Amino acid sequence: MEMTMQKEDLTEILRQHPFLFGLSEDHMKTLIGCASNVHFSEGEHLIREGELANRFFLIRTGRVALEIDVSGKGRLRIQTTGPGEVLGWSWLISPYRWHFSGVAVADARAVSLDAECLRKKCDADPTFGFEMLKRLTVVMENRLEATRLQLLDMYDLPAEGAAR
Amino acid sequence: MTKEAYGAAAQQAADPMLIHPVTIRRALWETDDTFTLTLDLANALPDFRFLPGQFNMLYVYGLGEVAISISSDPARTSSLDHTIHRVGLVTTSLAHKKRGDVVGIRGPYGSSWPVELGKGKDICVVTGGIGLAPLRPLLYTILRDRDAYGRVILLYGGRSPLDLLYRVELEKWGNEHDVETLVTVDRGDTSWKGHIGVVTSLFSYIKLDVRNTVAFVCGPEIMMKFTIDELERRGLAPDQVWLSMERNMKCAVGFCGHCQLGPTFICKDGPVYPLPRIRPLLDRKEL
Repeated sequence: MEMTMQKEDLTEILRQHPFLFGLSEDHMKTLIGCASNVHFSEGEHLIREGELANRFFLIRTGRVALEIDVSGKGRLRIQTTGPGEVLGWSWLISPYRWHFSGVAVADARAVSLDAECLRKKCDADPTFGFEMLKRLTVVMENRLEATRLQLLDMYDLPAEGAAR
Repeated sequence: MTKEAYGAAAQQAADPMLIHPVTIRRALWETDDTFTLTLDLANALPDFRFLPGQFNMLYVYGLGEVAISISSDPARTSSLDHTIHRVGLVTTSLAHKKRGDVVGIRGPYGSSWPVELGKGKDICVVTGGIGLAPLRPLLYTILRDRDAYGRVILLYGGRSPLDLLYRVELEKWGNEHDVETLVTVDRGDTSWKGHIGVVTSLFSYIKLDVRNTVAFVCGPEIMMKFTIDELERRGLAPDQVWLSMERNMKCAVGFCGHCQLGPTFICKDGPVYPLPRIRPLLDRKEL
């Protein structure tokens, strides 16, 4: 993982990420202190199942796959996240452990947000904390909806007689 | 009505229940449970014409019929492709057919994708599973006249990498015809480096010019409902969205009522509908 870039450039990058669209100046200033710009090469892990969820990522470029080891089935890829999306919310939920692993399947650039730093700022400024929570709730809702659709196995066969 | 549409309508009107024997030119397995039959039309039905989105009734002699969308290029008149999911008695029998075997067909039936409506505009095709088959004739038609359209975006979702249809063509459309092709699967192993997630998640990676885009949607009904929600959320006007519905079909000409959906017969009035016409029916549980 490489870390680069000045704070001013990073602010501009953060402004352009959909997760932070419309965030107030004050909240952006609060957030920027916890942010760093990172790069992952293909095959490199961003997060590992069971490890401490001490950060989360705003993906800028590339693609990251969420994986889980399933006994008897090996390692399964259950979802990918790409540009404009968010990777990880376990940093917000005690005991702050990743439930999945995240590996770059293509070279990826992201903004890494330090979880402990962010949690402290959320506690210290509940307005900022609520803003973060509202935005993450949208991410969670989208994931829940997608997971339900995946569980439906909707591409399973149509009844014979239907034109397809 | 276009010349082609008139030809198709006249052909069907001649005797809509008449079954024509045709010879299988090729049987190709696309996935573990989906195959494409190429039917030879040169001798049996030299004047057969169809429009993108229409379907035929395929008949296994002595066993029964099944409604299958036509998946080949409408400009190719010597043969006809049907991509078929092996699911029941008739489709399993069709799956055992080989080159030289004879099956019956009647058709074409139903409404078609309004290709002309998309001219000068961006095209967004959203599909999942075998829903790509009825959209393939639309894509062939658009790509033959590629300059007449703006961006062509194809969002395609499948169950797994092994369940994706027309993989060679998907790559070709992207590489040679400037089609922005985004493919996703519901589950994959570590060898799959593409997207994993539902097809609607692909909207995160494209930016639609909603005032100048026509969307064509075909897939499982639940997928289409979520796709419509996503298109509406992005501001696409309902009259710029078209979808292909499916219901159990028997007669294919609006007599038997098997495919009735509220006030409409899918076989005769559909399967392709403008969204405003079908939207009120999608959430009606009793239909």
